[in-house]
Amino acid sequence: MLKISNLEVAYGGIQAVRGIDLEVPEGSIVTLIGANGAGKSTTLRSIVNLVKPKAGSITYNGEELIGMDTTKIVDKGITLVPEGRHVFPDLTVLENLRIGAYMRKDSLKEDIQEIYRLFPRLEERSWQMAGTLSGGEQQMLAVGRAMMSRPKLLMMDEPSLGLAPLVVKGIFDIIQTLNNEGMTILLIEQNANSALKIADYAYVLETGKITKQGTGKELLNDESIKEAYLGKSQRNK
Amino acid sequence: MVVGMTLSTFLQQLINGLSLGSLYALIAIGYTMVYGILKLINFAHGDIFMMAAYFAYFGIAVFLLPWYVTFIITILLTMALGALIERTAYRPLREAPKTSLLISAIGVSFLLENLATYLFSGKPQAFPEFPAMTTPIFVGGISIQPVSVAIPIVAFVLMTAILFIINKTKVGMAMRAVSVDYDTAKLMGIKIDNVISSTFALGSGLAAVGALLWCMKYPSVLPLMGVVPGLKCFIAAVIGGIGNVKGAVIGGLILGFSEVLMVAFFPAMTGYRDAVAFIILIVILLFLPNGILGKKQVEKV
Repeated sequence: MLKISNLEVAYGGIQAVRGIDLEVPEGSIVTLIGANGAGKSTTLRSIVNLVKPKAGSITYNGEELIGMDTTKIVDKGITLVPEGRHVFPDLTVLENLRIGAYMRKDSLKEDIQEIYRLFPRLEERSWQMAGTLSGGEQQMLAVGRAMMSRPKLLMMDEPSLGLAPLVVKGIFDIIQTLNNEGMTILLIEQNANSALKIADYAYVLETGKITKQGTGKELLNDESIKEAYLGKSQRNK
Repeated sequence: MVVGMTLSTFLQQLINGLSLGSLYALIAIGYTMVYGILKLINFAHGDIFMMAAYFAYFGIAVFLLPWYVTFIITILLTMALGALIERTAYRPLREAPKTSLLISAIGVSFLLENLATYLFSGKPQAFPEFPAMTTPIFVGGISIQPVSVAIPIVAFVLMTAILFIINKTKVGMAMRAVSVDYDTAKLMGIKIDNVISSTFALGSGLAAVGALLWCMKYPSVLPLMGVVPGLKCFIAAVIGGIGNVKGAVIGGLILGFSEVLMVAFFPAMTGYRDAVAFIILIVILLFLPNGILGKKQVEKV
């Protein structure tokens, strides 16, 4: 469905991504793990053309995405839940959901009800300004907002960042539910343990290069991964 | 000091203040909307106001079009001019530092002023009079020009419409989204170029209406007529809290009332009328650095 080959991105003189290849098959959950500054977010932002790659290609169902307008990419069914949630603080919860469906012209009622069913907290706070929500609620809203565009490929950048363990579990449950309903997921995580558990396939990114890949299970049992990522993430819990 | 000030003259001055304040408010909204979305002080806004006055002058006095046709054409042309300025002078600098954008705005302002002087001459032109609007009528011992009553009414209707557009429509929601976060707005599928163009068009449209009403009240057109009102309305927007539309209205009204009432109460100080705006600005910013309705800038970590 999504295929990245030999992607290179540089900010000024600093090479953030140094030629990576990555594939997201339809219906799967693929995760990209790695430390801060490894180039994970840059990779995701290249897919939706929020950063301009230096070289390489990103194709979605065979179509080249590099150079395409972000709005057009979103229209094709790709959406990104950005790192740090980025809900619109001065819009109400309901408006944030509505704006997620900005490109749609049909009725949004059922979608909104579906999101309220998944996240009852959002319904309670429907008229509240999104800026007044807690971090976890904002993350739910960011996911709900992304769902409003009915994406085929949902990309999430660190959805568990800064959230309480219980909330993290909730978010990962939702990711699986969405995937079971047929949505393809590309997930970036520092919380490697949770991510690998639900991932069909995983890539490890280190200083802009993919150093390891395999199914979620393989990587969970990989000694070097355990040492570098899982041990650390276990300790943090 | 309040020698000879009767209740009726006081009421009369109140109406004048309301009318001038509403004019300021209409123009101030344009500053605040553009600031909200681009974080740019559009220094050309006062000159857009001036261009609108010339469009109307040419329509009525030169091409002898009926006034209502002229008004519609003026508003549309001014909206197009605002969008054109954004397209040519600001959009290419979207990724550039804000200072470059500001310099570009000052450049556009000079360009319009000098272009108008070159094309239309620096001589003031008499704007055609509207006797129905300017012949004073007497109500309960007060003499008022109908235009002084018409201005606040028109302004009120337009401000309500703008607030409705911003708060209740899809494009308004997009404007509010773009004003906080371009990238996330793009991820929602919002075409931010279109939203920014609409913002300029709307703000310029309000300036056009402001210019039309202004010319009925003060029937003279000249290339630098936008400078002082432009500056005062910018101050009005800052006083109210720049970026906030209601704030711009409040700021405009405060300036209008203070200016008119100062001249009425202290006729000897008439020469200082343009200084009132600056005094109020300094006093308000001393106590409310973000303006009356301005939000505190919170640095997110």
